Amino acid sequence: MDPPRVTVEMRGITKRFPGVVANDGVDFEVAAGEIHALLGENGAGKSTLMKILYGFYQPDAGEIRIHGTPRRFRSPRDALRRGIGMVFQQFMLVPSLSVTENVLLSLPVRTWRVDDGRTASEIAAQAARYGMAVDPSARVWQLSVGEQQRVEILKLLARGAEVLILDEPTSVLTPQETRDLFATLRHLAAEGRAVVMITHKLAEVASVATRVTVLRGGRRVGTGAAASLTPQQLARMMVGRDTFDHFRPDEATPGSEVLAVEDLWATSDRGLPALRGVSLSVRAGEIVGVAGVAGNGQRELGEIVAGLRRPTRGCVRIGSRNCTRASPLDVIRSGVGHIPEDRTGVGIAPHLGVADNLMLKSYRDSRFGRGPLLDRRAVVERARELIAEFDIQTPGPDAPARTLSGGNLQRLILAREISARPRLILAFHPTRGLDIGATEVIHRSLLVQRRAGAAILLISEDLDEVHLLSDRVAVMCAGELMGVVRAGEATVEEIGLMMGGARRGASEGAPTSVRSRAGPA
Amino acid sequence: MIRGQPQTEPSPWMAAAVPAVSILGALLVGAAMLALAGVNPLVAYADLVTDPFGSVFGWTETIVKTSPLILTGLAVLLPARMKLWNIGAEGQLQLGAIGASWVALWTPLGHSPVAVPALLLAGMAAGALWCLIPAVLRAWLSVNETITTLLLNYVALLLVDYLIYGPWKDPASLGFPLSAPFPAAARLPLLVSGTRVHLGFLLALAAVAATMFVLTRTRWGFEIRVIGDNPHAARYAGISLGRNILLVMAVAGAMAGLAGACEASAIAGRLERGLSPGYGYTGIIVAWLARLSPLATVLVALLLGALFLGGDALQISLGLPSAVVFMLQGLIFFFVLGGERVVLSRFPAWRRPPVERGPAPAKS
Repeated sequence: MDPPRVTVEMRGITKRFPGVVANDGVDFEVAAGEIHALLGENGAGKSTLMKILYGFYQPDAGEIRIHGTPRRFRSPRDALRRGIGMVFQQFMLVPSLSVTENVLLSLPVRTWRVDDGRTASEIAAQAARYGMAVDPSARVWQLSVGEQQRVEILKLLARGAEVLILDEPTSVLTPQETRDLFATLRHLAAEGRAVVMITHKLAEVASVATRVTVLRGGRRVGTGAAASLTPQQLARMMVGRDTFDHFRPDEATPGSEVLAVEDLWATSDRGLPALRGVSLSVRAGEIVGVAGVAGNGQRELGEIVAGLRRPTRGCVRIGSRNCTRASPLDVIRSGVGHIPEDRTGVGIAPHLGVADNLMLKSYRDSRFGRGPLLDRRAVVERARELIAEFDIQTPGPDAPARTLSGGNLQRLILAREISARPRLILAFHPTRGLDIGATEVIHRSLLVQRRAGAAILLISEDLDEVHLLSDRVAVMCAGELMGVVRAGEATVEEIGLMMGGARRGASEGAPTSVRSRAGPA
Repeated sequence: MIRGQPQTEPSPWMAAAVPAVSILGALLVGAAMLALAGVNPLVAYADLVTDPFGSVFGWTETIVKTSPLILTGLAVLLPARMKLWNIGAEGQLQLGAIGASWVALWTPLGHSPVAVPALLLAGMAAGALWCLIPAVLRAWLSVNETITTLLLNYVALLLVDYLIYGPWKDPASLGFPLSAPFPAAARLPLLVSGTRVHLGFLLALAAVAATMFVLTRTRWGFEIRVIGDNPHAARYAGISLGRNILLVMAVAGAMAGLAGACEASAIAGRLERGLSPGYGYTGIIVAWLARLSPLATVLVALLLGALFLGGDALQISLGLPSAVVFMLQGLIFFFVLGGERVVLSRFPAWRRPPVERGPAPAKS
């Protein structure tokens, strides 16, 4: 049963949600054998368009043709039957089951007897063919994010998908995993499958796509061969204007030491060693970036400084105060602003209003009421000021925070944390998942705070971001500091090597305030 | 509406229609049960309405039942706002009665002019302390409070039994398990003479007002709302979870304890079995039917209080067992919560595509 080659045509697709037109008469087509990048900022309508193709949403207008035949997909199952499959950003896997079982689970026909052995070998063969290293007998919870993504792709292949849609597939991957994924995608396309990759990263278009379609504000801006469009052209199409040239921070004039971390040891949630003797300092008026592949101790380091985790050994000082075992409240009172890694899970109370979320920490201030009382009017008034100052797009101060888009949510968090005039700002993955416009806003705010004399600890997986903003870059691998380098002294490639475990001499970089600790202790 | 997307905020029209239709459904099933018991459901339902609401006396008796239900409803509601499940209002109520009885019978305060405030305070303190047992276990050792509060109900009832069969038994009771009657000074004043409506009703309304005030107008209420919505965000914002668990549970226990003190002092006038026909458990229903709104608690408590009274009438006029009340309570609870679920998800689970369930990804 060799399914025919599929070519998708979408014509005049319109989809409205309450208050927004997510897609406005969009045309889109995919041919067999191509990798088609669907490029656009957050909210441009990329995911909506693809969810329509996948049968998850019904379009309000427009038609979908598969091989020239008009089709209506009422559900993802309909779409899969016609050879269209999608990998979402959040994976749909059962963590306690094996890879094989997860693939079996996705197949439409299920029998009581499950021939595990045969399927396992088939999966292994399929995986090997496309260069996807994954152990069929491993449990999904044991797999890295990159491996889980491979399982999702294998699921689609097992169902015979000829059109594979991937929603921002690289947002969770390391550079190495990204390279592997791209190799797999090229292989799939070379076999005559069609690949659609939703992305907002220009570099990915250049490195993997054959064609690109740009969406902006729910409309198609244009389609062209990826090779014929420069990143500048694409950026202009995507943003609708020339992007600002990112300004390099001016030379740092660091003041006194604000954060000092000395010989910090900690274990992860699973009880494994996460930090092994990390020492680091951040001074007033400088940004210290911590680079590293996810899961190398950055999260634990950040949580300890924020008072949310206890180290097993070592010491944290904020200003002159010992904050090693401080509570989150103590840390806040020491003048620390914290832009958390998990924006929605930690950074906000989603069902409370924007105003409440803006006051999440400052509700204790005496200006918001006497004694135990909370003065609603003062709270809302202050919220209106912050909404205006930070240009937070919201229907009003009482709108639930969860209705905000990712960029607006981060502005809300930024507004809350910066308005408290912190002397130390912990910015953890501050622009992850944000589009160019929102990223710019965040970057500029951080640089303004730096100029105003705040000390900033930046943890990010985005090497370009770390490189762009930091005065000094500390690189972590396996819970240790591989070294600290001054911005401009190391290339992105060098930092990438250190992230992979290559060590740099402790005497380089900033010898006085930062030590790199090596070896066993 | 997007298919398969759970509706998280039903329209105001739906919010009103769904409970109404659900209660109607519950009454229909209840009618079938009554018919099975050999009773004309229409006659029974007529009794259920006319007895509590058909006369001045009926109204006053309804209010007598409503007062403890408001308080136990609040005792469930306040912790639930923080996602703590207090199933122990029944036991906290019993402890309140014990505390009040102790002051009335075993301290010199029982005969003094301040007997009433003293026994009310003692009842609240006893309820609060009882509720602090599961609260401490939860805050310090992460022991599930749903189970501990529930199990402590049985302990509380046995404690009452121990006292009235043992050390506190009234020698003049001819062997009945009763404490001695409270001194006159220790009886709660009546609001209307000739009825049983007592001060407790006003105290319950005051508790409603205080709960509303705390939740909306104070920093503490803000902390409760933040914890209830996202405990991770609360911790991140420097709000102490443990301290709030202790505080909220203590206040909840105090409110249930107040209900118990009032019942002992105003209605029974002594410590005895059957002070509560299940006010504490019904408080759970009150809180949830009121959708955790303190103001709505008053209305729901009134309806369920009427159901208690009507149930008593059914026992007398139609010879039905008292379990009829709990059957109807259960049906209403089941239907209203079930109706809510059906509306919230709108479509049966099997039609929902196996994809993300977050809020609609319409971005602006």
